Amino acid sequence: MANQVTDNTFEADVLKCDLPVLVDFWAPWCGPCRAIAPVVEELAQEYAGQIHVVKMNVDENPNTPSKYGIRAIPTLILFQGGEVMEQVTGAVSKANLKQMISDKV
Amino acid sequence: MKEYESLIIGGGPSGITAALYLLRAGIKIGWVEKLAPGGQVLLTEAIDNYPGFPQGIKGYELIDKFTAHLDQFEFDKIRDEALEIKDRQDKYLVRFSESEVAARTLIICTGAQWRKLGVPGENKYSGRGVSYCAVCDGNFFRGQEVACIGGGDTALEESLYLSKLVSKIYLIHRRDAFRGARLYQDKVLKDPKIEVIYNTIATEFVGDTDLTGIKLKDVKTGSQSLLNINGAFVFIGLDPAGGFFPADLETDSQGFIKTDHEMVTSMPGVFAAGDIRSKYCRQVSTAVGDGATAAYNAQAYLEKNF
Repeated sequence: MANQVTDNTFEADVLKCDLPVLVDFWAPWCGPCRAIAPVVEELAQEYAGQIHVVKMNVDENPNTPSKYGIRAIPTLILFQGGEVMEQVTGAVSKANLKQMISDKV
Repeated sequence: MKEYESLIIGGGPSGITAALYLLRAGIKIGWVEKLAPGGQVLLTEAIDNYPGFPQGIKGYELIDKFTAHLDQFEFDKIRDEALEIKDRQDKYLVRFSESEVAARTLIICTGAQWRKLGVPGENKYSGRGVSYCAVCDGNFFRGQEVACIGGGDTALEESLYLSKLVSKIYLIHRRDAFRGARLYQDKVLKDPKIEVIYNTIATEFVGDTDLTGIKLKDVKTGSQSLLNINGAFVFIGLDPAGGFFPADLETDSQGFIKTDHEMVTSMPGVFAAGDIRSKYCRQVSTAVGDGATAAYNAQAYLEKNF
């Protein structure tokens, strides 16, 4: 299971993480977020040890999404060394996400 | 290589129904869906016209009920995207990004996807103000002014949904009258937050890091204007999803698959069901019927030919 991060844990769990971190910004009522959820879980397993995969509920954590200008969900952002490396919005395919990760990691 | 009697490509309502009927008939199936099951239903807030749910039901709740039907069966679920179909006389080979399988019959249920407007700025501001899903993104525009583009059922329905959240909606429609259901038209025209701009098209999305406005053009007078808004929701129709179909599979001019009323396509053993078919009425209820019909005919084809 991809761990949940919050506004409070974001800095430690994502920005200061030694590994690259893929953050899935989602909400429980968002259909496309539900559509992509199993893909995110599979990525977490397939890339275990290479990247961390975490999820942030935008309903419960308004500060971080607003800081990164997120105006649509699901949005997935790949962070490395505290910086945004890559960003994608919408229920994109697993192949697209793997491409995005392997281009950067 | 895995071999199936029938391979169902797509996990929306038609694919789920086709799977259900074939599994109940004891047929060995594979089921392909690149995301979670549900297709466009997952993008729909509420389904108000599916029989059995007189109070309406949320899109994802309906899909949970649909897929619960399949829980009692063991079958292969392939979470990947079909890339190519090859005809090998008595079977078809379907290639995915990470594997390849063989099947005697195919049921193509890849559905449809929201059409993009195709104007400058659309891709740049997608996810930064330009949206195709009011249910997903409406909340980010709470109390703000937005535009909706389109004039069919979806544009009207989504505008009504958004009017509960935003302060003002400009509904931009290229014609002088709506195409959507009268029920929605009446509600939209009565809604004090919705201002309809007829005979007008969007020509460009503009902004800085986020969307700040849309350039509009009046199709009657040719006059141009800039509308300042924070969000723009595009609801202008559907394109076929898939794109991997073999040349022998006959489609209409838009790329939707032609079938007869038994869901039979131009290729033997290949059936199509749901929104990917060339047809006028694209609804959950028609997709379900298509799925059952396709499964029934795939079963008959297997009995006759194998």
